[in-house]
Amino acid sequence: MGLSVVVGCSLAYISLLFLIAWWVDKRATELRPGIVSSPYVYALSLAVYCTAWTFFGSVGRATTGGLSFLGVYLGPTLLAPLWFMLLRKIILISKNQRITSIADFISARYGKSTNIGVMVTLIAVLGIVPYISIQLKAVTFGINTLTHFGEAAPAPKPHFWQDAAFWVTLAMALFTVVFGTRKLDPNERHEGLVAAIAFESIVKLIAFIMVGAFVTFGLYNGFDDLFGKALQQEETARMFTFSGSGITPFSWNMLMLLSLFAIILLPRQFHISVVENTHPRQITKAMWVFPLYLLLINIFVLPVAMAGKMAFGDTVHPDTYVLSIPLSQGANWLALIAFIGGFSAATSMVVVEATALSIMFSNHVVVPLLIKTRLFGQGKDMVDGASRLLDIRRICIMLMLFLAYLYQKSVGSTYDLVSVGLISFTAAAQLAPSLIGGIYWKRGTRQGAITGLAIGFLFWAYCLPLPSMAQAGIISDDFVKNGLFGLSFLKPYSLFGLSGLDPITHAAFWSLLFNAWFYSIVSINSKPSMLNLTQADLFVNIGKYIGRQDSDILKREAKVSELRNMLNRFLGEQRTIAMFQEYESLNQVKLGQQQLAQADLVNFAETHLAGAVGAASARLVLDSVVKEEAITMDEVMRILEQTREAVEHGRLMEAKNAELKKLTLQLTTANDQLKNLDRLKADFITTVTHELRTPVTSIKSLSKIILDYSDELDDHRKQEYLRILVMESDRISRLINQVLDIEKIQSNEAPLNFETVNLSDLVRQAARGMEQMFAEKQVTIRLHGTDKSNNLRADRDRLMQVIVNLLSNALKFCNPEDGQIDVELEQASDKMLLRVRDNGPGIPPTMQQLIFEKFTQLHSQTQGKPHGTGLGLFITKSIVEKHGGSIRVESYSVAVPQGAMFEVRLPL
Amino acid sequence: MADDRSARLLLTFCLFLLLLNYPLLTIVDKTELWFGFPALYFYMFLVWGVMIFVIAQIVKQRKKKP
Repeated sequence: MGLSVVVGCSLAYISLLFLIAWWVDKRATELRPGIVSSPYVYALSLAVYCTAWTFFGSVGRATTGGLSFLGVYLGPTLLAPLWFMLLRKIILISKNQRITSIADFISARYGKSTNIGVMVTLIAVLGIVPYISIQLKAVTFGINTLTHFGEAAPAPKPHFWQDAAFWVTLAMALFTVVFGTRKLDPNERHEGLVAAIAFESIVKLIAFIMVGAFVTFGLYNGFDDLFGKALQQEETARMFTFSGSGITPFSWNMLMLLSLFAIILLPRQFHISVVENTHPRQITKAMWVFPLYLLLINIFVLPVAMAGKMAFGDTVHPDTYVLSIPLSQGANWLALIAFIGGFSAATSMVVVEATALSIMFSNHVVVPLLIKTRLFGQGKDMVDGASRLLDIRRICIMLMLFLAYLYQKSVGSTYDLVSVGLISFTAAAQLAPSLIGGIYWKRGTRQGAITGLAIGFLFWAYCLPLPSMAQAGIISDDFVKNGLFGLSFLKPYSLFGLSGLDPITHAAFWSLLFNAWFYSIVSINSKPSMLNLTQADLFVNIGKYIGRQDSDILKREAKVSELRNMLNRFLGEQRTIAMFQEYESLNQVKLGQQQLAQADLVNFAETHLAGAVGAASARLVLDSVVKEEAITMDEVMRILEQTREAVEHGRLMEAKNAELKKLTLQLTTANDQLKNLDRLKADFITTVTHELRTPVTSIKSLSKIILDYSDELDDHRKQEYLRILVMESDRISRLINQVLDIEKIQSNEAPLNFETVNLSDLVRQAARGMEQMFAEKQVTIRLHGTDKSNNLRADRDRLMQVIVNLLSNALKFCNPEDGQIDVELEQASDKMLLRVRDNGPGIPPTMQQLIFEKFTQLHSQTQGKPHGTGLGLFITKSIVEKHGGSIRVESYSVAVPQGAMFEVRLPL
Repeated sequence: MADDRSARLLLTFCLFLLLLNYPLLTIVDKTELWFGFPALYFYMFLVWGVMIFVIAQIVKQRKKKP
């Protein structure tokens, strides 16, 4: 087959890709629903995972390792159920933070650290270079196989311009530059690219299945026939089992683990699955469509490998079976289709990988360097816009492909495709502890990530690429044979004496072990910075941040004009204006009237800028114009505890509510009491008026008699009536006085006038004042305990009223024949006791509580009709209680068999 | 419930991690034909296919419940 045919077909195919990308991009600018938002396109674009490695290398691998090649595809399939948690979380975080690459993601997690960004970029670039190199190699030998099949291998050319691989590299580099860096998108979204990749996935799947079907059903009569024959030959029967192919359980586990990580951590996988993702809901469909794709593309790998082995033995390199079997059968058209399939697998990988790596390299290595030199030096326009960024990326792509070319020329040629590819997988896996720890473990710190990454990378480099370079003769292979410095435990293929593992498993084991261990142990023993803390919270608890701007996390302000100038420089004038307009309409503000940009505008600018240059660079750029207010630990803690505060606030509200209920209850009770009092007052007034009416009626009738019968009445009669009139008037005035007294005592209008009072004096005084009345009734009064002074603090007049009341009560009720009243004073430890005892009829127990109520009167047996107003004892009780004392009555009891005894207790 | 779905998916992961690993693989790691296929090949693709089916079913469930 002529070279021109092969090159012509390749160019035609590439043109088709451009057409697709152009068409999709055009649709996107017309704002029509993008086909890229389809979950099927998403799943197909994820199949960028299947590269020339899958297309050519798996077959080669199967000839030596049997079915072990499946581990590379079963790992991602196993992880697929977890995408719903893991990948979705990563996507949500990335959308929130405008993450543009895996380096950006990890650096953003650990406080937007520039150092981590650089480290991850270097690991990714150096680690992936072998991977890119195998794509170049596959395309090169694909062309060689097609054009020189059946001839002796061409002799090595002395000059690079005679080398096919060089031209392949150049063509790939140009293709990638033109395809991957057509425009600068703020979100690094390339719809046209994704659509083209999805298309390529279909091409390579169909091409491979065609070859597989041709082999299985064309050369053989189906699977039975092929496998049956394979079982007959020792070389192919070996491929039936793991044990026969020399695959140990541990290497199988490690292979699955590495590929399980690779599906997330390879820069191109991260780019396609996270950065190019249009909506998280695409994941659910991709979760089974993508594994299904992997299954389909792998069905024919083993049959093709067996058929090739049976057909060629060791005469043809197994990595080329996919091409050489159709060629050997004269089916050149199928070989060409197979080549296009392999070519599409290689181009899709190189384009996406190189684009993703160039984004990383420009955002995390070049731009920070430029910003720093600009800050430190005097230069003004080192970075002046979008076109510069694109130029930087183009140079990055060229450099990376050139590196891959060098690697392939010097090292890659001695190894088969899969062995080289697995070196890259092991490198990518070094990002696993920092990334997975970063989104599930808040305690992971920048220092931990740096240490883990560095140590993991060193172990990887020492155990995989360095020995391979030594074996290729680039560096001395002394350390491979005898260990570094002649120390045998430092042999790179059996480090610390661990032998019996294949190099990949060996390197992956040591590097991941030390990586994860140092990441955890250093994280635990280091203190995260404020930014590290807030970012950690955001990444781990992304759920609580979704849907709100995290503007309150950092308090920053800048001059609007400076911010605008800076954005102009990086985003270009048009996009800056568009961005400001978006902000104005979102927040309903006019930026023209503002001098200072508040924190939310600064954050808005930062996220937009992060879309262009990555989080770490965006932060560096903003630092040059932004004043950052010191953010205190308290504030950070406040932010972190917002959720808890909300919960506590809810609890507080509940407590308030309960309190309110309690208050309402109290109010209701108080209201009831007030109503009750009101009723009592009304009762009182009724009783008082009734009491007043009785004497008034008798006064009125007696006065009328005197007036009408003044002449007929004798003097004696008149005297009698007038005496009654005076008596009844007295009664009225007494009643009125007492009502006024009650009013005064109860309303607190006349506060008690406390002074030191000698109770003995008071009792003697009262007895002396009533001597006349006692004498009239022939009542004897005896005083006990009044010979010594009994001082206490009280209102003298009120206390006198109490004594007089009690004495007149006793006088009223005592025995009319032989009246006796005993007054006794006794001082107890903290109170004074005043007892007044009479020898009257006593008070029946049923009445003993009632007599202290208002208007309760006792009918004395002797006098029949009640005396007094019925208020005396009530007033007495009120006064005593105002003094903090108490009053009680005793009668009809063992101690007081006759009469009644009132006892007043007053505090000293 | 989304949580139910997460739990189911996690269980799927655990189950197939077990099925696709040693020691279970030693059962099928034999040089013989099953239905015309190498035993290991047959087993791997069968488990793989079942796993895809199971994931698809779990993911689909959500669609029924709005």
